[in-house]
Amino acid sequence: MGTLREALATGAPVTTQAPWPRVVVDAAGWSALGEALAEGALGLSGLWGEAEAVHAALFDEPAAEFAVATLACPEGRFPSLGRRHAAAIRPERAIRDLVGLVAQAAPDDRPWLDHGRWPVRAPLGRKLPPGPAAPYAFLPAEGEGLHRMAVGPVHAGIIEPGHFRFAVNGETVVRLETRLGYTHKGIEALMQGATIEHAACLAGRVSGDSTVAYALAFARAAEAALGVAVPERAHWLRALMAELERLANHLGDIGAICNDAGFALMLTHCAILRERVLRTADACFGHRLMRDLVVPGGVALDLAAPAGVHDLCAEIGRQFPRLVALYEGTASLQDRTCGTGVVAPGLARRFAAGGYIGRASGRDFDARRRPGYPPYDQLRFEVPVFENGDVDARVWVRIREVEQSLSLLQQILLAMPGGPVRVPLPLRGGEGVALVEGFRGDILVWLSLDEAGRVRRCHLRDPSWFQWPLVEAAIEGNIVADFPLCNKSFNCSYSGHDL
Amino acid sequence: MALIRDLAAQAAEMALVVGAAPLVTGFLRKCKARLTRRRGASVLQPYRDLLRLLRKDVVLAENASWLFRAAPYLVFAATWVAAALVPTFGGGLLFSWSADLIAIVAMLGSARFFLALAGMDVGTAFGGIGASREMMIGSLAEPAMLMIIFSLALLAGSTQLSVIAAFMQSPAVGLRVTLGLALAALLIVAIAESGRIPVDNPATHLELTMVHEAMVLEYSGRHLALLELASWVKLLLYLSLIACVFVPWGVAPPGSGWLAHLLGAGLYAGKIALACALLAVFEMTIAKMRVFRVPNFLGAALMLGFLGAMLLFVSRII
Repeated sequence: MGTLREALATGAPVTTQAPWPRVVVDAAGWSALGEALAEGALGLSGLWGEAEAVHAALFDEPAAEFAVATLACPEGRFPSLGRRHAAAIRPERAIRDLVGLVAQAAPDDRPWLDHGRWPVRAPLGRKLPPGPAAPYAFLPAEGEGLHRMAVGPVHAGIIEPGHFRFAVNGETVVRLETRLGYTHKGIEALMQGATIEHAACLAGRVSGDSTVAYALAFARAAEAALGVAVPERAHWLRALMAELERLANHLGDIGAICNDAGFALMLTHCAILRERVLRTADACFGHRLMRDLVVPGGVALDLAAPAGVHDLCAEIGRQFPRLVALYEGTASLQDRTCGTGVVAPGLARRFAAGGYIGRASGRDFDARRRPGYPPYDQLRFEVPVFENGDVDARVWVRIREVEQSLSLLQQILLAMPGGPVRVPLPLRGGEGVALVEGFRGDILVWLSLDEAGRVRRCHLRDPSWFQWPLVEAAIEGNIVADFPLCNKSFNCSYSGHDL
Repeated sequence: MALIRDLAAQAAEMALVVGAAPLVTGFLRKCKARLTRRRGASVLQPYRDLLRLLRKDVVLAENASWLFRAAPYLVFAATWVAAALVPTFGGGLLFSWSADLIAIVAMLGSARFFLALAGMDVGTAFGGIGASREMMIGSLAEPAMLMIIFSLALLAGSTQLSVIAAFMQSPAVGLRVTLGLALAALLIVAIAESGRIPVDNPATHLELTMVHEAMVLEYSGRHLALLELASWVKLLLYLSLIACVFVPWGVAPPGSGWLAHLLGAGLYAGKIALACALLAVFEMTIAKMRVFRVPNFLGAALMLGFLGAMLLFVSRII
């Protein structure tokens, strides 16, 4: 009997949702969940709102149990979880901006995604007319010799927009506050009322570098909602695409991190390998990033030429160890990455940070294992975990995951069964939830369909929601000039976070 | 007649350093591109960049003072004059008798001073942080440079570069530990002063890690063209200085004919090309260091220079 089941025992279970239980709790039960989160007995995997309800995706890590708790809030208020559990603060601010529900006694009531420039307030809720735009109050940092540095949202390089407000003492960062929301596209509002096919397209466009992972998460949530079983071969093809995507992104990241330390050699070598992956994906599936290929019900295309993937694995298997040796053997590079931007293991656990950020700080979590999804239960792979939590550890997690992905790709090619790759979807209602491991970490998708099979509400939670706050923690006490390196080692998504 | 010839040689060298500086930078970039398996832009790209910048309008911040507008000209002039004092292919420089190595350091120091002021003038965070980093580097690089000059001056008996170059070509030099130490120190100072990896990265787009680029972030049009050219001239100055002091062979002695000058020019081009290639290889094999690691790096130069000068004193006493 896990803590999670105990915590939700008092609530009323909802039967329509699959595969995790959903339980409607009352305000007291909701507050009790906040206590359990604060104690670390439970972890928060997502927090989102509807017009008159808030949902929290919770998990109990030791017992590998997942569930969704729901609190109806007809009066537009709910007790704040962020008051006790810091990871919930930003999702609560986003709920207020998007749905209009207010977290009571929340530690931070500033807007988050809404910068006062939308034509409507609470677009997913009551759709209020826009109010006067108030200036955003950044958190104070006072003391002798402190000054403020405003960086972004437009940067000197071609990267996504985000504003960083530093309080620095000379070169040392005293406090960093990020402000995001500049790439808000209203994806969740666009999804409301959309057909499943259209919504799957939208899901694949949340964050361009994780398009396979997002499409997979959405497809799995839709299939869970409709109770559809996907052909076996489709599972394997999906895993093949997901691993190719992970490979491409990790290779790109390793190069880019080294380049931010002024070591361009690594960038160009990694860029060549990444390009090989993308070209192989193009040759196999007709799209470099494999967009719109994972669809609810299966995959859109069968694999054309598996030989290309074989050759790719062989080539990267040959080249990559030399790059790892170069990374390890360059003392000036190690000097930059080791000990820089440390995330304490306790913090990574409290924020339930997924992906390489959590695993570099000792959090052994991988959605491919727990809750797990096919075909990974039939594949052998290790989840690399490091304890140091610095830039170096985050690079090493990526290096090991590249090796694991190469091994997984080969296993998939060997064991892939034949058969059809897609089944038609029935038109009916239901609720589904899915947790999928993208290259950044676990992506949560919660989907509610109406009787006509159209999307009633869909929530997509990017792993960056629980990683961005750690960037702020990691840079404290480091020097300003190391921020780009730290930030690149996190490589959080702006687009996926801002939705 | 001799005066006219010297004047012509001086004018030619002044034109050369400005005319060739973009080519040197273009060649260096080409070397780095080839080393990273890229094709790279043409070696003439820096000239095209200058032309492009010169044709563009200048966009000034509203609160920019006269200093901000004057700084590019001051910086460029000071750097150019300093570069003109370094013998490239001919030793008989007319200006050389009016100013010595210490004057070169002073010229570059004042250029740095004006650039740092201009960086802070508009009041952006990046300009300020760039200026503070530049002054930190300068405050360590300049003493190191002076120590190197003392060593050389003690050996050659003069702080004038023509005399030092002539001495280095003469058999009186011999093999000296001091020279080795001075060379190592000068290489470090040259890398730091010309803003190369591992101290600064001229190719970076990360505004928070910039030093020189952060100070010129607010500049545009002809101002930016001048500042870019000044930084390229500075790189060539340091390459020429190393070539002139430590690889002086082929520098035409004062009063020699056209042929010697021509030969000197050819050899000079070869030396600079080799230096660029070596610099490119060095930059490829090393990552940029932490800002606070730079004082250690430059401190090593200062210590080496100091050690060189001390050795000379000690050997003289014994």
